[in-house]
Amino acid sequence: MEAILKPTTDTKLHISGAQALIRSLLAEDIKMIFGYPGGAIMPVYDALYDFQEELEHVLTRHEQGAIHAAQGYARATGEVGVVLATSGPGATNLITGIADAMIDSTPLVCITGQVGSSLLGSDAFQETDIVSISMPVTKWNCQVTKAEDIPTALARAFYIAKSGRPGPVLVDITKDAQFQPFDFEYRKCLEIRSYKPAPALDPVQVKKAAEFINEAQKPMILFGQGVILGKAEEEFKLFVEKTGIPSAWTLLGLSALPTDHPLNVGMLGMHGNYGPNKLTNECDVLIAIGMRFDDRVTGNLEHYAKQAKVIHLDIDPAEVNKNVKVDIPVLGNCKETLSELLRQVRLNSHRAWLEEFRAYDKIEYDKVIANELKPENGALKMGEVVSKINGLTKGEAILVTDVGQHQMMACRYTKFNQSRSNITSGGLGTMGFCLPAALGAKLGAPDREVIAVVGDGGFQMTIQELGTIFQTEAAVKIVILNNNFLGMVRQWQQLFFDKRYSSTELVNPDFIKIAEGYGIKGKSVSDRDDLSKSIEEMIAYDGSFLLEVKVGREDNVFPMVPSGASVSDIRLS
Amino acid sequence: MVKSFTISIFTENSIGLLHRITSIFTKRHLSIQSLNTSESETENVFRFTIVVNAEEELVQKIVKQIEKQIEVLQAVYHLDGETVFQEIALYKVSTEKASENNLVERLIRDNHARILSMEQEFMIIEKTGHKEETQELLEFLKPYGLIEFVRSGRVSVIRPKNELQKEL
Repeated sequence: MEAILKPTTDTKLHISGAQALIRSLLAEDIKMIFGYPGGAIMPVYDALYDFQEELEHVLTRHEQGAIHAAQGYARATGEVGVVLATSGPGATNLITGIADAMIDSTPLVCITGQVGSSLLGSDAFQETDIVSISMPVTKWNCQVTKAEDIPTALARAFYIAKSGRPGPVLVDITKDAQFQPFDFEYRKCLEIRSYKPAPALDPVQVKKAAEFINEAQKPMILFGQGVILGKAEEEFKLFVEKTGIPSAWTLLGLSALPTDHPLNVGMLGMHGNYGPNKLTNECDVLIAIGMRFDDRVTGNLEHYAKQAKVIHLDIDPAEVNKNVKVDIPVLGNCKETLSELLRQVRLNSHRAWLEEFRAYDKIEYDKVIANELKPENGALKMGEVVSKINGLTKGEAILVTDVGQHQMMACRYTKFNQSRSNITSGGLGTMGFCLPAALGAKLGAPDREVIAVVGDGGFQMTIQELGTIFQTEAAVKIVILNNNFLGMVRQWQQLFFDKRYSSTELVNPDFIKIAEGYGIKGKSVSDRDDLSKSIEEMIAYDGSFLLEVKVGREDNVFPMVPSGASVSDIRLS
Repeated sequence: MVKSFTISIFTENSIGLLHRITSIFTKRHLSIQSLNTSESETENVFRFTIVVNAEEELVQKIVKQIEKQIEVLQAVYHLDGETVFQEIALYKVSTEKASENNLVERLIRDNHARILSMEQEFMIIEKTGHKEETQELLEFLKPYGLIEFVRSGRVSVIRPKNELQKEL
């Protein structure tokens, strides 16, 4: 592959492949990596020993923990997350996180050790063909068998991971290459001839899009993580304000525009808000920005926005027409395309149209939200817990969630003031993501409050990372919304499988005792009167804290677009 | 409507890229009818020729997903009419049976096939053409003791000048 590389070191050092690897990371300004040692990566760990000041290594309790922590780090900071693991099981344990990062466009560089090159293909101890295994879930990957190829492979890896639509890459390095001495020189990658990170802006398409937007009577914006990844929050806000268009977010777009912004009309999709789902099927122009029309957003495509002209701003040409037929694709980095569009759109407002959203909000508030946020009696509700936490952290905390009911509730009822505040496993829906991701987020953004809101099921999938939190002393605040059920699956069983609760009930351990075992202060709350002061205590506590909140066992998340239904058939109960 | 499409992919020469490309078909549960890789007219640029039977919309999506792979320079698709293509087939038949039935002349005269090798026991016949043509010869030879048959993947050249080729 032909690439342009820029030198960053002047003198050539005669060092081993492993030492070169560490120096390459430093040349890329990497300050922290997450990993777990093992046989085939030992030379690299040995080299790391000499760089403990420059490069902090976070030893997790499982490779899955390492990669989710790196994801949390990347999502909180906007930088590349780096993961180190050994061959065989070390490498395969990364796969879930790699797949998660791929579908959620998170920049990661995963470095795996591999058996010596003379053993490749011989089914050696801890050998797996991780390059083949990871191929469909990486943006790029490669295997290095010679020390001299390590710097180039890493330079490309970093360039590919963070440019264009970000994603995970994997570099597999044989053990002999790690030992081999060679003359090291690092050149940053600036260009690869077969790879165009972002398509060039097409002025004709921008002009067409602007015309449609200017003429629209009932336009609606759907915004996704592309706004955050493109660092285009400011341009986006100006665009929304100038055009006066009601804007709804995908799960990963959340926090790109402040929740309380007058033109933010809420969440799209299966458990999104009533208005944006209903009105998707009434708008005349649909402007999708940095989102990919996931099935959880669109519901049944046969009945999705058929009346609307669709404008799609995206950096990835393969997303255009993938799920929804687009009338005007506007390719490119949305920071650029939005700036250009901003110049060409008219100052406008759509008051009557916006009122339609607000009218639906009122219905949703009366039928769903009021009871979720201000219940008068009964067990604690997930919504009220999340909302209390949000109020007491003034909307400034980073919210990290897992997957399921608590995730939907947390994203629905948290109000965000700043971008990069919502970290969740969106596309892959990876249970077990939350706890390690929250750790990574806290280590990446130590000055911000990081709240991990997790279900009792998902918490136990990566519960071992309490050990890493203990060891790193990262002040992660953990809130378990415990209903002793795999709640979302149970909800589906209740609604669509005749209440046959097959394998969804959990008999849970004493979470507080477990936390205490790890030196983490814990508290359990089930009484409404104790909720606020428990949350206050958790926030005020200097260090990590685990708050178990016992919530209603069979509470459901509504509204809901049943699987296979149209978005406008969204149910309130 | 399902049609036959030829997908031409121009790539860097890197280990494992074949797997990366075919996994995009696997992901969509689409069977590959034929596949060929070779160098191209440009040094260090390789080309894949893949034939699939599918609806155009699906082929379009697959081609875009192939093109976004880092080491792919360009991916395009064409209908059969837009390309000139050939496949090659080899047939091993018993020399004795072929002589008994006076096959050789018929093969060469009627089928434009040629004899590549003639041994005491068997002979190897070669035919190039479209799949239907090599298939026809296969059917023709079956009754005469066909010992072995193999057909190559399609090789195909795009009729109009390709933009990428100009660039490279």
